[in-house]
Amino acid sequence: MCGIVGLYLKNHELQPELGALFAPMLIAMGERGPDSAGFAIYGDEAPEGSIKITLRQSGREAAWSEIADALGEKFGDPVTLSVNASYATLKVKSDETALRAYLDEQHPELRVMSIGRSIEILKEVGSPASIVDRFGVRELAGTHIIGHTRMATESAVTTDGSHPFSTGMDLCLVHNGSLSNHNRLRRRLQAAGIEFRTENDSEVAAGYLTWRLREGDTLKQALEAALRELDGFFTFAIGTADGFAVLRDPIACKPAVMAETDDYVAIASEYRSLADLPGIEHANLWEPEPAIVYTWGREAA
Amino acid sequence: MSRTQVYDLANGDVRALNQQLHELGDADFETPWRVLHPKGAHAIACGISVPVHVVIEGHAGYYCAGMNQRAHVEIDGNCGVGVAENLMSGSVRVRGHASQSAGASGHGGLLVIEGNASARCGISMKGIDIVVRGSVGHMSGFMAQLGNLVVCGDAGEALGDSLYEARIFVRGQVKDLGADCIEKEMRDSHREQLALLLKEAEIDADPGAFRRYGSARRLYRFDIDHVDQY
Repeated sequence: MCGIVGLYLKNHELQPELGALFAPMLIAMGERGPDSAGFAIYGDEAPEGSIKITLRQSGREAAWSEIADALGEKFGDPVTLSVNASYATLKVKSDETALRAYLDEQHPELRVMSIGRSIEILKEVGSPASIVDRFGVRELAGTHIIGHTRMATESAVTTDGSHPFSTGMDLCLVHNGSLSNHNRLRRRLQAAGIEFRTENDSEVAAGYLTWRLREGDTLKQALEAALRELDGFFTFAIGTADGFAVLRDPIACKPAVMAETDDYVAIASEYRSLADLPGIEHANLWEPEPAIVYTWGREAA
Repeated sequence: MSRTQVYDLANGDVRALNQQLHELGDADFETPWRVLHPKGAHAIACGISVPVHVVIEGHAGYYCAGMNQRAHVEIDGNCGVGVAENLMSGSVRVRGHASQSAGASGHGGLLVIEGNASARCGISMKGIDIVVRGSVGHMSGFMAQLGNLVVCGDAGEALGDSLYEARIFVRGQVKDLGADCIEKEMRDSHREQLALLLKEAEIDADPGAFRRYGSARRLYRFDIDHVDQY
């Protein structure tokens, strides 16, 4: 059992309140996932030609300002830095390949949690309520956000095994369910050059999407391919630069409920997470149908 | 003079509510109950054994009104997975939509869903009657043993898969039938029975517009000639 929540704001005036609206949604899924929690928040876009990268220190305290200064020197433009608990988000005038190569060489102790122009992934071990406090979620602003609360079944409770998983530029995946063919699929993806950090089945689903997108699929095509190739139970929410997508497996054992008003589109594993959203009593509420790819956002995929 | 007992879940918990409902004696079950601010909480109004009338004002969560005998529970909203699960007798009415496995393994009583029900409605039902004004999702009536499943809208994939002796009536389209489920002749006796059920459910629909589905009875007794279907 795990919990999924997501909120996409149609009304731009609500953007400063994104975190405040989202925090109770995540906490309400604490019973479905008390082990770890995380979220991917979108907004505060990096300018054209720059990318936004979210890094996590492992072990000792990272000297973020020095790292930012060095990155500015290397890529020839001042770097914007914002630190949140053990995470830092930097906007760097670079491309993904060059930036990753530099970080691999200079800072192998740092983990790249997300990369794109808009996305920031933050996740930790602990109860959803403690994660909300640790990252000051209620104060965060943005355009949309998806989150996850984990009750671990298949692999260890670690930050690396927590959701969301980055699946490419501005993309991430959260998963409720379990996959049964993940070991074989992981080996196949490793042979295709996809790297994995855990024994986690959801990381394989994320790796699978990364691979399909790298091979040129659109997000919709990649998700339709996932329906054929992933054996198991899943409700997926996929964060994109513009919004989010939802997919349930054909058996649809894992729950999902959607709500839409003039102000927002929201998804949650259970209605409990939606119950405090403004105007929910008049929202259009429905369950996404099995095996259908749903997308919301500025441009549907 | 009839009073109403109001229980506000904004200031109380479900366990205490259910405890109060369980403790109702012969004298006080005539007082109707209103439950406010359910906000998707699980297991509201479960395990009641007296004919008390309970109205839940809002959306309920999982397993609402499960395991009840004789009680009449009304949900003025949607409800989550497994509403009226293992219902023994009495009734449950959902004014909105119901999630998966509505009426699962119900032994008796009546479940009315005024909106749609999603997947596996009436799974393993054992005598309950279920009337859905809207449509039902895939695998509805899966392994249903006894009782009636009435669907005024459409039915999703694999209707009545591995069906035993429950009867299924559908007015709209059936996407496809599950293993061992077949369409059967709608006789006068079925139309009469269906008319009574629709009346009891207070759903206005013409019994003559429904088709009947039931078990071909090839699957639940082992037969070597049908081994490929198991």
